Amino acid sequence: MPDLLIELLSEEIPARMQRKACSDLNKLFTNGITELGLTYKSSATFSTPRRLTLVLENVSSKSISRVEEKRGPRTDAPEVAIQGFLKNVGLELTQLEVRKEKKGEFYFASVRTEGRKADDIISVVLEEIVRNFPWPKSMRWGQNSLKWVRPLHSIICILYDESGSNVVDMNIEGISSGDKTVGHRFMGTGEFSVTSFEDYTSKLKKEFVILDPSDRAEIILQEIKNQAFAQGLELIDDPGLLDEVVGLIEWPVVLIGKIEDRFLSLPPVVLQTAMKEHQKYFSIQNPKNNKVVKFATVANRETSDQGLTIISGNQKVLSARLADAKFFWDNDLRIINSSGLGPWSEKLRNVTFHNKLGSQFERVIRVVNLSEKIAEKIGCDPKLAKKAASICKSDLSSEMVYEFPELQGIMGTFYAIEAGFKSDISDVCKDHYAPLGPSDEVPKSPLSIVVALADKIETLTSFWSINEKPTGSKDPFALRRNALGLIRIIIENDIRVSLQEILSLSNNEANIEDLKTFIHQRMKVFLRDKAHRHDLVDACFSLDQGNDLALLMKKSSALMEFIKTKDGPNLVQGFKRANKILLQAEQKDGVEYSYGADVKFAQENAERDLFSALDTEELKIKSALDREDFVIAMNAMANLRMPIDNFFDAVQINSEIDVVRRNRLNLLSRICNLCSSVADLSKVEG
Amino acid sequence: MVEKAPKSFQEIILRLQKYWVAQGCALMQPYDMEVGAGTFHPATTLRSLGPKTWSVAYIQPSRRPTDGRYGDNPNRLQHYYQFQVLMKPSPPDFQNLYLGSLEAIGIDSQIHDIRFVEDDWESPTLGAWGLGWEVWCDGMEVSQFTYFQQVGGHDCNPIPGELTYGLERLAMFILGVDYVMDMPFNNPNSSFALKYGDIFKQTEEEYSRWNFDVANTESLFRQFDEAEQACLTILSQDILDPKSGKNIIMVHPAYDHCIKASHIFNILDARGVISVTERQAYIGRVRGLAKKCADAFVLTPAGGNI
Repeated sequence: MPDLLIELLSEEIPARMQRKACSDLNKLFTNGITELGLTYKSSATFSTPRRLTLVLENVSSKSISRVEEKRGPRTDAPEVAIQGFLKNVGLELTQLEVRKEKKGEFYFASVRTEGRKADDIISVVLEEIVRNFPWPKSMRWGQNSLKWVRPLHSIICILYDESGSNVVDMNIEGISSGDKTVGHRFMGTGEFSVTSFEDYTSKLKKEFVILDPSDRAEIILQEIKNQAFAQGLELIDDPGLLDEVVGLIEWPVVLIGKIEDRFLSLPPVVLQTAMKEHQKYFSIQNPKNNKVVKFATVANRETSDQGLTIISGNQKVLSARLADAKFFWDNDLRIINSSGLGPWSEKLRNVTFHNKLGSQFERVIRVVNLSEKIAEKIGCDPKLAKKAASICKSDLSSEMVYEFPELQGIMGTFYAIEAGFKSDISDVCKDHYAPLGPSDEVPKSPLSIVVALADKIETLTSFWSINEKPTGSKDPFALRRNALGLIRIIIENDIRVSLQEILSLSNNEANIEDLKTFIHQRMKVFLRDKAHRHDLVDACFSLDQGNDLALLMKKSSALMEFIKTKDGPNLVQGFKRANKILLQAEQKDGVEYSYGADVKFAQENAERDLFSALDTEELKIKSALDREDFVIAMNAMANLRMPIDNFFDAVQINSEIDVVRRNRLNLLSRICNLCSSVADLSKVEG
Repeated sequence: MVEKAPKSFQEIILRLQKYWVAQGCALMQPYDMEVGAGTFHPATTLRSLGPKTWSVAYIQPSRRPTDGRYGDNPNRLQHYYQFQVLMKPSPPDFQNLYLGSLEAIGIDSQIHDIRFVEDDWESPTLGAWGLGWEVWCDGMEVSQFTYFQQVGGHDCNPIPGELTYGLERLAMFILGVDYVMDMPFNNPNSSFALKYGDIFKQTEEEYSRWNFDVANTESLFRQFDEAEQACLTILSQDILDPKSGKNIIMVHPAYDHCIKASHIFNILDARGVISVTERQAYIGRVRGLAKKCADAFVLTPAGGNI
């Protein structure tokens, strides 16, 4: 069976889109041909800035013919209906089969679809994909109506085996498929034909194109490491940058450049950010003092002067960039040295936070007030918290952060130290934004925790107060991320505070109930991502209005463990049985059986055993609950399982003696209450 | 063929003009109004629309009041030059044509590293966007390369290809100059040799001071309103001109006022009297004018309406 090679050659594809485009091409194409009945053994995709390439091994030459059965009208249906059916399936009446069914006799037709040639299917599927490719942004060019990420120039589409190769014919708006491509834009010699994937990759290599992005990444990484090592330096790893750079070049040539001495006084993180964001350079540091001293750029070609012109050009560009950064840094420091952070806080008056929520200055005041109250609530120094909160966003006025917004907080910490603040306060500048993503660490120091909580609660309550909530996929103010941050800070630091109360500390006029519901939803999503069963999560949530998030987390974890044991599901069954009988009786009698059962009315041994089991386990459960050891508490509940089962086997609840009946119902009530002391077991499925 | 290195700023301009004329472009002249970029020239904005073929090149003095640095910054200027090429429909080998223009001004792709790096172009004031790249030479941005998709809220069809060369930065790179004012404007061996600074250092100081501190904001706010009003009034006229008896839609006069409003907004912005929220509103008002001009242009003969 032949292999298939497809290449879509275009003008430069944005680096950030290449990886997804490869997986989309692979998925869409293999699904497409499979649906039309072709088979293949394996598939792989590759990309360079100018090409997407797909290769399939062992593609069947034809789709399998299929017979499909279709049910027609009843035999006594009107003639028109029968003729319509015949037309539809393309058969004569005599070719139909008649079958008896419950509702009468029906015509059945066997419709045979002949296998289609692979060429046919491939060209149909590929054309469909090219016309509707899910690029994040696509465009038209010239007079075409075709859309692609950038102008599409040519298509290779060949099937090949040992005996040779042939082009799968297709033409999309004037672009015909063929077996030709071109190599490197500047180093290549022009157009050439290929006969197989092997031929293709080896010719590309001769024409200065390395097809496989992971090969290019490997070359870049090795080359930078080697060159840095030779100079006694080391690369600062940056996988995201590597991924991007790999998508910008077809023939990687690593060149190391020097950072001018006059810029080495800048914080390494500033150098790194400026070089990465503007120039896509890797940072190279001195391992002895972690100072960034050189950079690596990856050129897309070799030159006769060994890259000398290229690297000196790059060094010049970098110097101009860093001159800007240094200019900002010096200006910022001058202000701090003459008047501290004060002027910057003032300047925040002119920065709009949101047109309905006022300036950043007003927002900071709200965060300061909230920090003070939260600090009192969770036992941290309120004065220090106020102080930290009042400077935590002042760097937003700095020139450096204006130029590099991604340095917000990080610069704040530098500047706070420069302004004479101790590290417990200066660290709050960068830490109060945390966690930024699901894998980012939450703040751990008490001051950072307080201000981070205040920042998030301020954000949530203020947007709630103007009814600006996330809808569907839209969350322009990252409120979901804020809520998740809040949840994680509370849980991971085991902060025992009522959600209701802490949210109410804010003066924003927000609907706290509604906001709590939102936070609970995020908490459920968070727990689900941690593989907690949703019914177990619900069971824990339904008890105490979900105010104590850290407690909820513990309960949910304990319940997860418990339900995995043999006793777990059994106890739940016992509970549900007791609960059901109790509820029915309460509904029928119109009373609540909560007086407490008395052992003196017990008639059977099983009944008395249950009383004594309850007495024993209740003590254990209560003391475990006091210690918040929910695993022990649930194990103690599990000990009730046997006595409960025996009780149900031996005893009829509905005794004819009323006092006995009521006592038994009160006993059920005691069981239910006890079993519900960790979670509402009636919510547990199964 | 890579040309020998040019010696002056003007030689680079002359070579670009000669090169693009050889590719069939009509060599137009700068528009006689203050604009923020070559894109504002009606030869680009308006002519991007409609079905007619179009191919022009021109240099455009551009003004960005906020970029003024009193002539002290190595390369930031409130008045600078852009070289602009617009070809509609974009030719299939537009990238190669562009690379040819770099060779024409002495950039040898055999020793330089030339890259097309994603950069989606968008002009909120013109209601326009396109996809393309910034072109890097040894890590420096030397041009903007865009396939226009929409202008003035209208889909382009056919698609124009647009090139913008930031001339000062490009020339400084080619001539190896670190401070723009030191750059030879004409042949440095001429007996009348002039540097860029001889021509522009003083004007940069004058305009920086005026833009940042002196421009009368009250009057400018009024002028903005007047320009907006004028643009709308012109477009609301009856198509039939009673005097000549012809159908005449006065798109270009209206568009002039749109340009005017845009420039006045830029000065107000530099004066720092427009708050963040107001900023969006002003940009929206200019965009509104640009859209109306585009709507009107496609109803004219040049816009393809016969």
